[in-house]
Parts: sequence; structure tokens; C-alpha cells
Amino acid sequence: MNAIELKHVSFNRGNRVIFKDVTMQIPQGKVTAILGPSGTGKTTLLKLMTGQEVPLSGEVKVLNTSVPNLKTKALLALRRKMGFLFQSGALLTDLNVFENVAFPLREQTQLSEGLIQNLVAMKLQAVGLRNAAKLMPSELSGGMARRVALARAIALEPEIIMYDEPFTGQDPISMGVLVKLIRELTDSMGLTSVVVSHDVAEVLSIADHVVILSDGCVIAQGTPAELEASGSDWVKQFLHGNPDGPVPFHMPGQHYSEDLVAQ
Amino acid sequence: MIKLIERIGRSTIAMTESLGRASLFLWMILVGLNTFVARVSDVTRQLFNTGVLSLPIIMVSGLFVGMVLALQGYNTLKDFGAEDALGVMVALSMVRELGPVVAALLFAGRAGSSLTAEIGLMKTTEQLSALEMMAVNPVHRVVMPRFVAAIVALPLLTLIFMSIGMLGAHLVGVVWLGVDAGAFWGQIERSVDWHEDILNGMLKSIAFAFAVAWIALYQGYESIPTSEGVGRSTTRTVVQASLWILGLDFVLTALMFN
Ligand SMILES: Nc1ncnc2c1ncn2[C@@H]1O[C@H](COP(=O)(O)OP(=O)(O)O)[C@@H](O)[C@H]1O
Ligand SMILES: [Mg+2]
Repeated sequence: MNAIELKHVSFNRGNRVIFKDVTMQIPQGKVTAILGPSGTGKTTLLKLMTGQEVPLSGEVKVLNTSVPNLKTKALLALRRKMGFLFQSGALLTDLNVFENVAFPLREQTQLSEGLIQNLVAMKLQAVGLRNAAKLMPSELSGGMARRVALARAIALEPEIIMYDEPFTGQDPISMGVLVKLIRELTDSMGLTSVVVSHDVAEVLSIADHVVILSDGCVIAQGTPAELEASGSDWVKQFLHGNPDGPVPFHMPGQHYSEDLVAQ
Repeated sequence: MIKLIERIGRSTIAMTESLGRASLFLWMILVGLNTFVARVSDVTRQLFNTGVLSLPIIMVSGLFVGMVLALQGYNTLKDFGAEDALGVMVALSMVRELGPVVAALLFAGRAGSSLTAEIGLMKTTEQLSALEMMAVNPVHRVVMPRFVAAIVALPLLTLIFMSIGMLGAHLVGVVWLGVDAGAFWGQIERSVDWHEDILNGMLKSIAFAFAVAWIALYQGYESIPTSEGVGRSTTRTVVQASLWILGLDFVLTALMFN
């Protein structure tokens, strides 16, 4: 059973081709990692799944609903089943931690104030930040901001949660906390998790299913073990982070080492 | 030659497109007014940000503009022995022209630029996308309250600007240069028309507020989500808003006082 399916999806930004032909399945109730170098369009891919962007051609199905054709109302209803953890956390800077987590509850439900207080406390407890409820987003460290954003993303008990680069710029402890949270939330809430990242090691440690993206195409997908066993040079380069290989990990052009010598 | 035509064509298309997008954006704001009741607290907070925080610059500028007008006016009127008309002269230029225009230009620089920067940064830090993902329309939550606040704030600021300007003129004309206070204020009372002058001045101010708010919010909303992009949009807000204020002023003056 797949929570999300993409079939032959293509997408352009202006004249730039971002996706040529992307086909992938994201299984329900599991952690799926989408790996790829910066600027390949991982964030864009998530936005295609949430209907914030519309593909040029191809099919995007989320929970058996075709996303690109949805009317506004149906799209909003579908988004209520999806949580999204933004790269920057994206907490609303004019609200404190408590109000940020309460925000989707206040906007989307008619729950009583007491119930909202309890729900927010539960969600903050789950990410270990119940005692930060009164702080403003500007007073949080990067790792804490991301955990608050996670509490907000699960406030409406979604079926799918998407993490955009959750590990980028985190210290080792925050990283460990986030890795643990993603795994635990997936298992305890029966969530489908989609983790987009270029931090290969951290992601592989929790992923059940991996999709590797490069140059507008899916170059491999399967379980971590399957990918490890795959003979493809491309895949090996990714999993081991070799700087040189068939896929330019860095933007094509002058090679890194040449730049260093030149200085 | 062909190149030139091509370039004109392309920029015309680009201009039409952005005009269309801006109109659509305005339409979304107006639709968002439906949610006004639910967002009253957001509106009051924005009223503080755009209105109250613009007060100092408006008050100080109003004082100086009033003082300069009185000084210049006195020197001119003295030659005709008409110093008593100083009050009327200052009041009419203040109420009809300088009040609405200068207050709006200051407002564009102070509040307009900060609206653009704030919304641009909210876009850069993905707050607008986050709202969309939480099934909340960012135009309703973020843009509409600021739009309403700006349209309420500028006319009030303009009134304050005019009042303080008249105070400045009084200080220079009556207190310093010795114009008779009774003549100064009496002539104002007799010659400044409530409808003709003050109401028209306020109408101008509302039109300017509309233009500044629309431009500033649109530029923020459409800014490229990087620090340079936001910087460029902020500059564009001040330039475009100022030009629109001056252009609109000409059109409105022609309509109102002809
Ligand atoms: N709103 C946008 N407008 C124009 N180009 C964009 C926009 N968002 C992203 N891009 C471009 O599309 C490409 C893919 O972006 P993104 O999906 O953010 O990549 P990733 O998340 O993999 O780093 C990048 O080169 C980026 O510059
Ligand atoms: Mg990204």
C-alpha cells in the first residue's frame, strides 16, 4: 500500500528543467528517505506532493487522490492530513511557542480552549519542549525551533508527515534527538514519514525505503540494504559520499580541488 | 530596430503580467476582508506597527514643514503687506497638498518599506508556505490585516501631520515673527472650507494609503525569497509608492480643485 505515488512527473521552473521523468512510490506507515544533492529539487518535489506546485505532466497521487486536479477545498482538506516540517522551521514569528503549536488547532477545529491547552501540552511533551511554551521563536535554538515545528506539524494528527532537510545545521545532539523523534513518531502514530535530506548517514539509519534523486530523475530506489547491494556506481557514490563519480555531487564546473589550489 | 520593438514588446508583456498579478492579489485581499471579524486582533496589532511606530517621524516632519512654510510665506506676503493672510496660506497648502503628500511619502518610506521587508522575510523563512500547508490562506492571515491597518493609519497620521504643521506655523508666524494671532487663526477659520479642503485632503490621503499598502504588500508577497531579493523589493516599494503618490496627487488635484 502506497501513501504517495508519482508517475512520470516532469516540472520546469521558467526555462529550467527541474524534473524530467520522476516515478516513485512512498509506502504507507514507513520512513521513506529522498536523497539528492542540494538544488536537485527535493523541496520542489515535496511541494508537488502537497499541491503547492503543479507538475507540467505526469501523475501525483497522495492517499489515492490525484493532487494536481484538486479544487481548493479538497486540496485544503487533503493538506489537513499532511504535516510539513520546513527546512527553516517556519514558526510564525509573531506568536510564542504555545500559540504556534495551537495555531493549526485554532484555525482548523472548534475545540474548546481547555482541550487545545491539553493537546498542545501533549505535543510539546512529545518533542520534549513543554517547558518552552512561553518562549518566542527568536529565543529558540535552531534545534529547538525545529522540534517546535515538529510539534506543530503533528498537532492535527496527520497521516503523512514531510520533513524538509531536518538535519541541516544541527549539532550532533539535536541531530540524534530528531532522528529518534522521527522514528518514534512514525511507529507510535502509524505515520508515513517522508524525509528529504542530503545527510546520507543519518537518514539511512532510520529509513525503511530510500529514493535517490539526481539531475531530474530517480536513479535508484529500494531498501537501504538493497541499495547497498546494488552494483551501480551512481548509488555507491551517493551512499558513500564520494566527491567524484558519475553524478556531479557539486554543481558542474570547476572542480573543488582546483578551486582550493587556485587560492 | 527589430530589437527595439522586441524589447518594448517584452517589457509591455511583463508589465501587463505584473499588473494582472497585482490585481489578482488585491482581489484576494478584498475577499480576505470576509475574515475581518476573526482577525480583528491581528488588525489592531498591525495598527500599532504601522501607525503608532510611524508617529515620531510624522510629528517631527510636520512641525518642520509647518515652520518652513510659515517662514517662506511670511517673506513673500510681507512684500505685499499681506502678512495677515499667512495662516490661510499655510493652512491651505498644508490641507490640500503638503499634508497628504508629505505624510504619504514619509509613510511609504517608514511603514511601506518595513511591510515589504517583513512579508518578504516571512516568505524567505517559509512562514507563508507553512500557513498554506496548515490550510490557512496567507493573504487572509498576513496581508489583509496589514492592508486594513495601513488604510486606517495613514489618514490619521495625515491629520496629525497637518495639526502639528499648523502648530509649527503658529510658532514661527505668531510667536517669532509677530503676526497677529487673531488674524492668523481667524482667516483660517473663514477661508478653509470643511468639504472643499479638509475632506478632499482626506480623500487624497485614503487614495495614497491604498496605493502604498497595495504596492508594499504586493512587493513583499512577490519578492524573491533571498536576502538580496527582499532588499530589492523594499527599494522598489519606496520608489514605486513615491511615484504613485505624486502621480495620483496630480490626477486627484485636477479632479477635485478644477
Ligand atoms: N520559488 C522559486 N522560484 C524560482 N526558482 C526556484 C524557486 N524555488 C526553488 N527554485 C530553484 O529550483 C531549484 C530546486 O530547488 P529546491 O527544490 O529548493 O532544491 P533542493 O531542496 O533540492 O535544494 C533550485 O535551483 C532553486 O534555485
Ligand atoms: Mg530544499
